[in-house]
Amino acid sequence: MTYLAKPKLHHPTLAKNSVGYTRRDYEGKVSTLCAGCGHDSISAAIVQACWEIDLEPHRMAKLSGIGCSSKTPDYFLGNSHGFNSVHGRMPSVLTGANLANRDLIYMGVSGDGDSASIGIGQFVHIMRRGVNMVYIVENNGVYGLTKGQFSATADKGSKSKRGVANMDEPLDLIGMALLLGATYVARSFSGDKKQLVPLIKGAIQHKGAAFIDVISPCVAFNNHAGSTKSYEYVRQHNEAVNRMDFIEERDEITADYAPGEVVNVPQHDGSVIRLRKLAAGYDPTDRIAAMHHLQERGAAGEVVTGLLYIDPDAVDMHEHINTIETPLNQLGVAELCPGGVALERINASLR
Amino acid sequence: MVKRVEAVNDFVVKFANVNGSGSASANELFARAILRMGVPVSPRNIFPSNIQGLPTWYEVRVNETGYQGRRGGVDLMVAMNPQTWDADVKEIESGGYLFYDSSKPQPKAKFRDDVHAIGMPLTEICNATYNDPRQRQLFKNIIYVGALSALLEIEPSEIEKLFSEQYKGKEALLQSNVKALRLGRDYATQNLPCPLGIRVRRANSVGNKIFVDGNSAAALGAVYGGATVCAWYPITPSSSLAEAFIKHCEKLRVDPATGKHRYAIVQGEDELASIGIAIGAGWNGARSFTATSGPGISLMTEFIGLAHFAEIPVVLIDVQRGGPSTGMPTRTQQSDLLCCAYASHGDTKHVLLFPEDPTECFEFSALAFDLAERLQAPVFVMTDLDIGMNTRLCEPFHWDDARGYDRGKVMTHADLESGKDFGRYLDVDGDGIPYRTYPGTHPTRGAYFTRGTTKDRYAGYSEAGPDYVDNMQRLLRKFETAKQLVPRPLLHPSEKPARFGAIFYGSTSPAMQEALDVLATRGIHINALRVRGFPFQEEINDFVSSHPWVFVVEQNRDAQLKTLLVNEAKVNPTRLLSVLHYDGTPITARFIVDQISQHASARTVVPLKRAG
Repeated sequence: MTYLAKPKLHHPTLAKNSVGYTRRDYEGKVSTLCAGCGHDSISAAIVQACWEIDLEPHRMAKLSGIGCSSKTPDYFLGNSHGFNSVHGRMPSVLTGANLANRDLIYMGVSGDGDSASIGIGQFVHIMRRGVNMVYIVENNGVYGLTKGQFSATADKGSKSKRGVANMDEPLDLIGMALLLGATYVARSFSGDKKQLVPLIKGAIQHKGAAFIDVISPCVAFNNHAGSTKSYEYVRQHNEAVNRMDFIEERDEITADYAPGEVVNVPQHDGSVIRLRKLAAGYDPTDRIAAMHHLQERGAAGEVVTGLLYIDPDAVDMHEHINTIETPLNQLGVAELCPGGVALERINASLR
Repeated sequence: MVKRVEAVNDFVVKFANVNGSGSASANELFARAILRMGVPVSPRNIFPSNIQGLPTWYEVRVNETGYQGRRGGVDLMVAMNPQTWDADVKEIESGGYLFYDSSKPQPKAKFRDDVHAIGMPLTEICNATYNDPRQRQLFKNIIYVGALSALLEIEPSEIEKLFSEQYKGKEALLQSNVKALRLGRDYATQNLPCPLGIRVRRANSVGNKIFVDGNSAAALGAVYGGATVCAWYPITPSSSLAEAFIKHCEKLRVDPATGKHRYAIVQGEDELASIGIAIGAGWNGARSFTATSGPGISLMTEFIGLAHFAEIPVVLIDVQRGGPSTGMPTRTQQSDLLCCAYASHGDTKHVLLFPEDPTECFEFSALAFDLAERLQAPVFVMTDLDIGMNTRLCEPFHWDDARGYDRGKVMTHADLESGKDFGRYLDVDGDGIPYRTYPGTHPTRGAYFTRGTTKDRYAGYSEAGPDYVDNMQRLLRKFETAKQLVPRPLLHPSEKPARFGAIFYGSTSPAMQEALDVLATRGIHINALRVRGFPFQEEINDFVSSHPWVFVVEQNRDAQLKTLLVNEAKVNPTRLLSVLHYDGTPITARFIVDQISQHASARTVVPLKRAG
């Protein structure tokens, strides 16, 4: 971490996006995480994605639970409201926030302890409900803030810094998200910004439950030999199924790939997700095939990354429960209170 | 000659049934028919945590004066459950009546000499009349209501009118019910000693009152109070509150143009998720609530602490039942006061409201949303199973159309644009309540990071001791402000000079009012104060200090309100005498009278020490 406060003044020549903000406008406070922490790279990717996608910073709400990862929303998008809630319960708070105002973008940031252990129940149910959100797990297989205990995503046989082997089966959040009905499911690596930024952009634009599992090495407690979540291990075992470009509606779609290499997935809002296929025959709109591929390559010791699944026709919780278009938090007494005359009728029916 | 209980418009009928047998609607029909004759009734369901096959009771108190507390004792037992026969027979007052199914002969030892047994071959009649086993069961209930109408002189036309309202447009059902009713009534008129010593006479004591359960009323209060987000998890006795909210919203909150909902209801995966959803919605500017009972409150406590410390409006309706643990899930208590008042770790205190009946369930539920947003804090509506799940005759609901919603201190886009200083935890005017902003208000101003960890006045992360103390002191000031906002206690002054005071709250109210009248006839005069909210106002201290003895009447073992009074209002504990009822049944006037009489007579004897 650095002790130097960031200067607030921006250089006048910094590039602005179409809504008039520089990349610096999407930054937050100075990170207090360890130098080299994968989480800081993810924060930087979020900043980059939000700037590139022309999201006005205050149109996003950032929510988190407890842990190193859950501190990070303070370190990006300083002009957005943030909520560092309780351990493992970010999904419910995010669900409630989303119910109150369907017009904002909701980003939930969590860790493997926060989501896979204490919060696994809430993780499961927010996926089932199809809450419109970007849910990022900064997955390092270890409890950092309490100094190095295994988490539920630690691979069987992987070793802690003190040399102890984990003998429990790992919990696979990607596999669960697919099973539970998440409609945008991706995995990436904090050290691969080129892959991660477009994945985040696609997730923001996706209408439905978008989940990104980002392997994010813990430099303090899980970056040693014997760890399966270290920079070195992940770089050696990373098998991307595709490379993604996110193309907004206004952009011209240009084809610079050889036929058969590229698949365009149109989004409900007119934007297009363009995937350059890396794994032969991989179809990201086939959920069952995605689950199969993930299991098969996982058994072969590969860490599969990329956009694993997308349902371009996804709908969200508000459509399930038929909520009015106006955000609920903007309704007043005129829209909400049935009034005295109606109450007299109710009284009469109770006599 | 065995004496007969003789009473007009003042008696208790108890139905002993098997749950799942369809008795509930027949029994309610019985109660409503008496109500339609202008005579107040207060029915109570006493039911097991079970769906089918276990004993269930429905107790109806008929009382023209309007006393609605549970009286205790039974004048007429309608014994339809062989499993509980012995205990049911035992409960009848001497000179009372036992109505039973005489299809199978019963040994004489099964009866009591001092109780009038009235047998009617219900099963035989049903078997002779109906072929379908389901019909035999369902119409048996209507047949006994018919017989009771003759025995108690209930006007059959009122029952038939209720049928025609219930089965509007379902002619076949209407006819078959009327037929069963007449079948029972005709049999009773010809074969049974009609009328009994207890009977109903048309009166004019119901007026414009309404007959409703507290859960439905509280749910309606939430609709009127502007709740848009409800997250809940099924738990007896609060489930019917959330379900009533769904029903009310379907009628009252659907946008007529689009058919879309001006509300969002989520059945959470557990209570933790339910309160989390409610808090997320409250943080984001929607009025939100959850309904639960004691075990749910226990699960929610970490989140309640977050809402308290992060200052997020949220309403919790706690329909209390018997604890601890699973306790008595289908029985009533007032035993969550301490766990709600101090819910969560660290120094926490929360606002509690104590409604006495469905009317106040409606009012306090609606009020709770104003209080939560004004105070930016969790607000608890402390109802219980007795009020929540029983239909009660009470004052009609009232809503003043000039009333708006108090959305509390919220900085708008215009406020921020004009350059107003925004500190999320900054007390600008001394009431301890800071301003908040909704997410998405302004592109460059007013955003803040909400956290449960300590922070400075501008929501910056700070573990500095002085910042923490500053914040905690402000929260105390805010709680002082709450005193002026929660409903004030209501004094029921004695007509004659009174040495004793009594404090009571919530569902104890009807039994207490009756007990005060009875005690007055016995020369024990009491000024009574009904506490309606926490934190406590100054008049509660004044009340206690102006009486040498004050009874605190509660439905829990550990005198939880008394503990709060001593701890928070700093009243003198040696003046307080507890009257505690906690067996899971609603408190009765008889119990209160008995306990207070004992205390009072013990205190009219001057102790030797003081006399000397």
